[in-house]
Amino acid sequence: MIAALLVMVFISLVLGAVLGYSAIKFRVEGNPLAEKINAVLPQTQCGQCGFPGCKPYAEAIAKGEADINLCPPGGEEGIRKLADLLGVEFKPFGEGVAPKGKAVAFIDENTCIGCTLCLQACPVDAIAGAAKQMHTIIASECTGCELCVAPCPVDCISMQPIGEDISNWKWRYPTIPLVQAAQ
Amino acid sequence: MRTLFKFHGGVHPPTHKAESTRTPIAQAAMPSKLIIPLHQHVGNRAVPTVQVGERVLKGQIIGRPEGRLSSAVHASTSGTVSAIDMQTVAHHSGLPDLCITIIPDGKDEWIEHSGVDYKQAPHTELRHRLREAGVVGLGGAVFPSDMKSYSNKHKIKTLVLNGAECEPYITCDDLLMRERASDILRGAEVLRELLYAEEVLIGIEDNKPEAIAAMKQAVQDDQHAHMEVIAVPTLYPGGGAKQLIRVLTGIEVAAGVRSTEKGVQCFNVATAYCAWRAITYGEPLLSRIVTVTGNVEHAQNFEVLLGTPVHELVAQAGSKPDTDRHIMGGPMMGVDLPSGKVGVTKATNCIIESSPKLFPPPEPALPCIRCTRCAEVCPAELQPQELYWFAKVQNFGKTQEYDLFDCIECGACAYVCPSHIPLVQYYRFAKSEIWQREQESQAAEVARERHEYRLFRVEREKQEKAERLAQKEKAALAAKAAAPAPVAATANAGDTDNTVQMRIDAAVARAKEQAAGSQPKNIDTLTAQQQADINEIQARRAKIREMASNAGGDDEPPKQS
Repeated sequence: MIAALLVMVFISLVLGAVLGYSAIKFRVEGNPLAEKINAVLPQTQCGQCGFPGCKPYAEAIAKGEADINLCPPGGEEGIRKLADLLGVEFKPFGEGVAPKGKAVAFIDENTCIGCTLCLQACPVDAIAGAAKQMHTIIASECTGCELCVAPCPVDCISMQPIGEDISNWKWRYPTIPLVQAAQ
Repeated sequence: MRTLFKFHGGVHPPTHKAESTRTPIAQAAMPSKLIIPLHQHVGNRAVPTVQVGERVLKGQIIGRPEGRLSSAVHASTSGTVSAIDMQTVAHHSGLPDLCITIIPDGKDEWIEHSGVDYKQAPHTELRHRLREAGVVGLGGAVFPSDMKSYSNKHKIKTLVLNGAECEPYITCDDLLMRERASDILRGAEVLRELLYAEEVLIGIEDNKPEAIAAMKQAVQDDQHAHMEVIAVPTLYPGGGAKQLIRVLTGIEVAAGVRSTEKGVQCFNVATAYCAWRAITYGEPLLSRIVTVTGNVEHAQNFEVLLGTPVHELVAQAGSKPDTDRHIMGGPMMGVDLPSGKVGVTKATNCIIESSPKLFPPPEPALPCIRCTRCAEVCPAELQPQELYWFAKVQNFGKTQEYDLFDCIECGACAYVCPSHIPLVQYYRFAKSEIWQREQESQAAEVARERHEYRLFRVEREKQEKAERLAQKEKAALAAKAAAPAPVAATANAGDTDNTVQMRIDAAVARAKEQAAGSQPKNIDTLTAQQQADINEIQARRAKIREMASNAGGDDEPPKQS
């Protein structure tokens, strides 16, 4: 009886030690769920969700502090992906939150006074320029977050929608007239 | 006799090749204008090198290749550049792209050009010549040939020359082989040299006996030792690169693998011909053979200058009035041209004039009955019915699991589908959606990296600034220790913790000291009157200072006059 108890206690101690050790040794750095959520987000860093960038939003979702329908650039597809990932129901965008078409910022170089305010606002360093030098957008790196538009004191930044051309044209979903069964 | 292999599936659509093979290749008339797109090849669009109003000569480069994967574009005849703008091009989208319009002057005046002996010239020069001559795959893929004619570590054993021309109606390669066999073979020899290949297998479908005979004769006449002309069974799409390689060599090129990794490279016969002209005569790719057939009076092959408007070309074959659209390419894989005004490009192997009688509108699609006839005919051994299913519900992950990207869009599945489902359209839709998503996720990844780097940079700059400040402070403290007087002054001012205030105070003290040390030099010889005035002013100032210090009550030191 005693022997059996001792054996059980011994086993539990050993296993406990192993578990305790591995919890320290193989500790997961950061929050893996937040990383996964961040990978789904469009990385525009626009802050339209109310968080200062995509990663803080991902962390907030992971903690359960934020909804999944706050990211307009991700579109409904983004919400669907988040819903799949988190195993929750799809949730449509709230009132007044709607995805816009893609656009890139454009600086009217005749008006720009070289104040560098937009440089400081750009989350991805996609504006080239220096103090009292004309600034310009590096269009290929611009995420279209619109964060540079508001700080400009002379309103020389506008958002130019990206039109369809041969390089980004997509095949449409085929529409087939189905034959009426009643015919 | 060589053992031939079989590829999976395939269909036998009516070939309709006899109509356009009755007459030899004709030279198309000089068009009224040439609309030459700058993006006629796979890769980067060429960059225009001419200006509006400039006179160009035949063979002059008007678009230089940009980046590694690109090809040059030339003026097909001499004339004047009348426009460089966006014009409708031969593309599924019907969208405009950058084109150069040339008004021919009718003189057809060549630019100075010369060739080289391919046996003497180094391979890098030959490849450069192919690039500068704008030679691309003329079978339809328009992949730059200089990129394809490179064999890493001499791994290529077999060069397959593709003369299969499996798609109905098209006969341009057939006629080219009949009439210009020896130049094709010489071109193949150049490409073989470039690739260090051991053998050249020329695959021609057995519905082209004249072409096979001509090519065999040319091999004999020119005594090409490593070449063999092989008649392959007529079966669509036997002219697909993977399918022809399978038939000729038995090598199965797996999903996501290039044939070059299996030691085989494939070129179209017309590409070999153009490579020969480019290297030996220095003639860039300015024209190509185009089959004009379908709803025309006399179907025929034409040698057409690149950029010739399609409506001017089809008029020469007698396009019938009930023609409602032009198809570029064959009926299985062709592109519906958005208009007859688009220019002939390097990819234009055939123009089919279509009428409602010739190609009636497709019957309405019915639901899929899972008969799997599409799977039976698929040359890529896919499961088209499953792909259709997943593409229809936009489950793109599943389409990729079912190897959507192995689909060569040959249209065999849609051809046999008893429900008339436009299967290929679904696959194209799914492919372009997947591509777009892939691009978006790449862009997101770049944006994430840039954002993280920015955060790091901002943090670093903050730190550096703090360090600089700390160092300056240290230096200032050391300076103060060395000069006790100002230190005393600042110590009196109090608030030693506030470094900014300290520095302001130090500066003020320094200025005070300077002022005290310096004496005005113009007061040595003053009159009594002047001295009296000065005294009066000084007294007034002292009074004002006193009043100010009483009113303000702060410890701000008085301003120096």
